[in-house]
Amino acid sequence: MTDISTRVPHVMSSPGRRRRSGGPRAGTVAAFVTPFFLPFLLFYVVPVGYALWQSFRVVRRTGGQYGTSYTAFGGLDQYAQVFQNTEFWSSIGRIGLFGIVQVPVMLFVALVMALLLDTPLLRVKAFFRITAFMPYAVPGVIAAIMWSYLYSPQLSPVVDLLTSVGWQPDFLGPGAVLWSAANVSTWLWTGYNMLIMYAALQAIPQELYEAAKIDGASQWTIAWRIKVPIIAPSIVLTTVFSIIGTLQLYAEPAVLRQISSNISSTFTPNMLAYAVASGNNYQQAAAISVVIALITFVLSFGFMRLTSKRAGL
Amino acid sequence: MLLLTVYFLLPIYFLIVAATKPQGDLASTNGLVFSHFNLFDNIRVLFTRSDGIFGRWAVNTVIYAVLGAAVGTLVSALCGYALAKFSFRGREFLFSVILGGVLVPTTALALPLFLLFSATGIVNTYLAVFLPSIVSPFGVYLARIFANAAVPQELIESARLDGAGEFRTFFSVAFRLMTPALVTIFLFQFVAIWNNFFLPMVMLQKESLFPITLGLYQWNGQTARAPLLQQSVITGSLVSIVPVIIVFILLQRFWRTGLAAGSLK
Repeated sequence: MTDISTRVPHVMSSPGRRRRSGGPRAGTVAAFVTPFFLPFLLFYVVPVGYALWQSFRVVRRTGGQYGTSYTAFGGLDQYAQVFQNTEFWSSIGRIGLFGIVQVPVMLFVALVMALLLDTPLLRVKAFFRITAFMPYAVPGVIAAIMWSYLYSPQLSPVVDLLTSVGWQPDFLGPGAVLWSAANVSTWLWTGYNMLIMYAALQAIPQELYEAAKIDGASQWTIAWRIKVPIIAPSIVLTTVFSIIGTLQLYAEPAVLRQISSNISSTFTPNMLAYAVASGNNYQQAAAISVVIALITFVLSFGFMRLTSKRAGL
Repeated sequence: MLLLTVYFLLPIYFLIVAATKPQGDLASTNGLVFSHFNLFDNIRVLFTRSDGIFGRWAVNTVIYAVLGAAVGTLVSALCGYALAKFSFRGREFLFSVILGGVLVPTTALALPLFLLFSATGIVNTYLAVFLPSIVSPFGVYLARIFANAAVPQELIESARLDGAGEFRTFFSVAFRLMTPALVTIFLFQFVAIWNNFFLPMVMLQKESLFPITLGLYQWNGQTARAPLLQQSVITGSLVSIVPVIIVFILLQRFWRTGLAAGSLK
């Protein structure tokens, strides 16, 4: 801002008055940015800072068990507790197992679907695209309720069908319930991820395939050798979002918990954080949230670094 | 492909069939075959149960998700447009901070927000869910891309020369050019709020303030004690997702532009 004329303290310039078109004044810029940035500060940045601060506090009592409690600086005490908490590690282990299987399976299916949509091989494209994308309109809670009826031995037509061919599935059993939750996530997000990849495929100029076709490359070769490397960034992006989503998992297992005795209140890291907060141990809950966020961060960025190195970017 | 189509449609088809049945037929008849057509009665029961609380939840959902997404879209558009079209000190820094916000999962914010709101006394009010919902860093990111792509600098310059103020330029010139993009931002924001179950669950105890998702979750937890609720949970799920699915299909093309922009890194 190099406008040295004496400022009149109102933002709108009077009509007809020519200003050098160096863009608006600071006050106007602020008026455009503040309506977003102030709530962003208050409801995004401040809570993150507050959670960090809380995670370094401990509750102390003045004299004896019935003394008044107050919080004091506790250094890394809360974190030490998180790391000693076996429930925390088993929830991380569960979610890790879930992610290692569910994320690749979902994204592979999404990629195959996107590649098929992008070839002349598949008819009824619009119908398939809409069908696959439809679950994205359903919130996780309602999707989990729908599927829980399909899992429940009393109501499910799927269980009936499988029983009639002599297989007795127990979708809510101790070994299966994690995969039943994984299936709900897969159903919800496969079509969405497919559309992201498909949008990237659509942006590739057709001329790229001409040379390959002249050399007699099959659709198969074109798909895996040309298309997939080009849309790699969108595959990385969907992976990162899937990793973040997996670590945050809450609603789907919480719904399945209503009909299965094999999901504990501390089944996923977020359920554990909520359970600890419900017990009024906010500082410990904050530390758990921070550790979840750190793990998310390390995995997301680690994955990005790893893939960009491999791609030689 | 056929298998996948069946897979994606199965739960929705099951829900449609189940919502037309009387409660008694749910367990006793095949879940994939229609029996007695009882849909309208089910809907009537759904909307009259507990003094019509479901209708209340529907209105709340519209307030949180539709109104919240509309306000969120407007503030994202203003900010994204400023980041794209104005040059000012600290612009890049501001954008980096907002981009960092894209990677912060909203669930992680719910608990600390609850503690902060407890101190101010707005826990268990509309504002506790509404205010955090209007913030969408991803919306700003999209708005900036779209403003760069859709609003030529010359148009802004000529509006300025005509003596229009910046806000007037934005609302009369940029807003029109960005309309398709704004629909996309609105849709993304709507889904984010509609999907965010953790925030209302942490913030609200009063049933009368619940969105549909939280209400159905609560009913679903009571079906063991009140089996008749089962039918209302099923019908309520259907009633709440059908309008959203229809809107999604009608506005299909807006998704594609947004998803394409979202995958440009």
